[in-house]
Amino acid sequence: MSTHPITQKRAPGPGRARVFLRRLREGDQVAHLVTFIFASAILLLSVLLFYELYRNSHLSRERYGWQFFYMSTWDPVFENFGALPFVYGTLVTSALALLLAVPGGVGAAIFLAELAPRRVSDVMTFLIELLAAVPSVVYGLLGIFILVPLLRTQVQPLLKEHLGFLPFFQGPIYGVGLLAAGALLAIMVVPFIISISREVLLAVPQRQREAALALGATRWEMTMKVVLPYAKKGIFGSIFLALARALGETMAVTMVIGNTPQINASLFAPGYSVAAVIANEFTEATSDLYISALIELGLVLFLLTILVNAVARLLILATGQGEARA
Amino acid sequence: MRDSWRKFVNVTMLSVTGLCTLLAASILFFILGYLAWKGGSLISWDFLTKLPKPVGETGGGMANAILGSAKLLLLASLVGVPIGFLGGLYLAEFGGKTFSFMVRYATDLLNGVPSIVMGVFAYTLIVLPMKHFSTFAGGIALGVMMIPIAVRSSEEFLRTVPKSLRDASLALGASKWKTIAFVVIPAALPGIMTGIMLDLARVAGETAPLLFTAFGNQFWSPGWMQPTASLPQMIFRYAISAYDDWHQQAWAAGLVLLMLVLATNIVARWVLRKRMRLMRA
Repeated sequence: MSTHPITQKRAPGPGRARVFLRRLREGDQVAHLVTFIFASAILLLSVLLFYELYRNSHLSRERYGWQFFYMSTWDPVFENFGALPFVYGTLVTSALALLLAVPGGVGAAIFLAELAPRRVSDVMTFLIELLAAVPSVVYGLLGIFILVPLLRTQVQPLLKEHLGFLPFFQGPIYGVGLLAAGALLAIMVVPFIISISREVLLAVPQRQREAALALGATRWEMTMKVVLPYAKKGIFGSIFLALARALGETMAVTMVIGNTPQINASLFAPGYSVAAVIANEFTEATSDLYISALIELGLVLFLLTILVNAVARLLILATGQGEARA
Repeated sequence: MRDSWRKFVNVTMLSVTGLCTLLAASILFFILGYLAWKGGSLISWDFLTKLPKPVGETGGGMANAILGSAKLLLLASLVGVPIGFLGGLYLAEFGGKTFSFMVRYATDLLNGVPSIVMGVFAYTLIVLPMKHFSTFAGGIALGVMMIPIAVRSSEEFLRTVPKSLRDASLALGASKWKTIAFVVIPAALPGIMTGIMLDLARVAGETAPLLFTAFGNQFWSPGWMQPTASLPQMIFRYAISAYDDWHQQAWAAGLVLLMLVLATNIVARWVLRKRMRLMRA
């Protein structure tokens, strides 16, 4: 059993084979090989995912090329497929969601990291993280029956009355539309912003805070002038992560956005998003070109979220490295 | 004068942040309370054991959707857990540098893929060649979605097993795989299991990947190759319908789904926290 390592080195050919066979018999190589195969399967799956989307969207890609992105008609009957209304809807609702969610989310994270006693902070964070586990179809359900009526009867008339001179708050009021989707998305992504921003804030060294307080800063000044600048990149990271979620969110948006492929400056107008059109029309798509266009939309969504996620990860990794020295 | 202004700003802004926190945390209670109020009265034995009734007839349940969800989750686990666990095992115990980096990157990438895109993937991979919707396709879609978190929690918990335990086993003459199989994995197993419970709870609520894989069904779905109903898909279908009876059913189904997901989350997180404390001690 005990072959000395030196004898192996002297006779590399047969020796190495014998060692390999022995380790094979003992199972180490087998275990290594089996786990390696499964790890490769993960790699393979992600490549296959891209390949399948790419391959199955070739009809649409060949026919439209880049035109796909700036054509604004989506007409399945005459087989005209332009993605612009969906891209517009996705971007507008996601931006709106961030606009609504970021101030409150970062505010709550500041409270949880800077002010609340650790125990209270932990319990609150736990409750908020549970929100992230609520299925999106449940958010959609609440969106249809609570948020949309609320917007239609209370919020939108108010906005129209006071801010109606802005192009965003004009036109007929339906309840469903870009505003409803953006607001619902804001509620859905807020837990991500809070929990990651809190982590990032907690990672800011205590000495930084003490130095600011010693100079006579109030807690708020300390937070604004020392802690937040230090944690800036990480907080942007959490926002990008939330953005990736919002871009890809399907069910809740589908249920409240109004599902109308049009581009309208007003947030009251119904719209459509990339994810929602795939969800709604995929099973109804009758022609190959139609399916192919929908799959290309899936490919677009895939690449977009990869990009945003990558930026988020880089930003979160970058916090605490270099910021302190500047 | 200026100092009192600074103090005023300090107190006001800090109170506002507190308010934001309270608001965020209260959303959860609002959701739970509202669902319980709307759907609570409808949950009965019939709801859990009967098939859906056509529009206009009262009563009926969601037994087929509940069974469908269970079948989908079983399939998903059969796909996601072995790949995730063994992949995580590779990263924790055998991984080299470059290849591990690539696998980790692929895992993160899969984790970020929107669920609707996962549905399209399963459609092109399984539904297109087979030419019809099936439980099988839905299960695969959910299974692929499970992989990233299964990998991550497996790797993390395998890594928290103390080196002294491995050394003790190796010193007794056990080979590497025996050490892993009989010492490291048993020590990490409770943690990994809770990680997988959380993973299951996450995909249990997914609707988008099922829309054009498992599709939906008003009746029982025999075997694995037929379209099947599932709880989230039923909620969606009923919520966007125009019938009040169906809206009621959607609330009830939403409550059932939410309770299952939250209960799993609470138990799993509680166990995880205890184990983390144990590991640190």
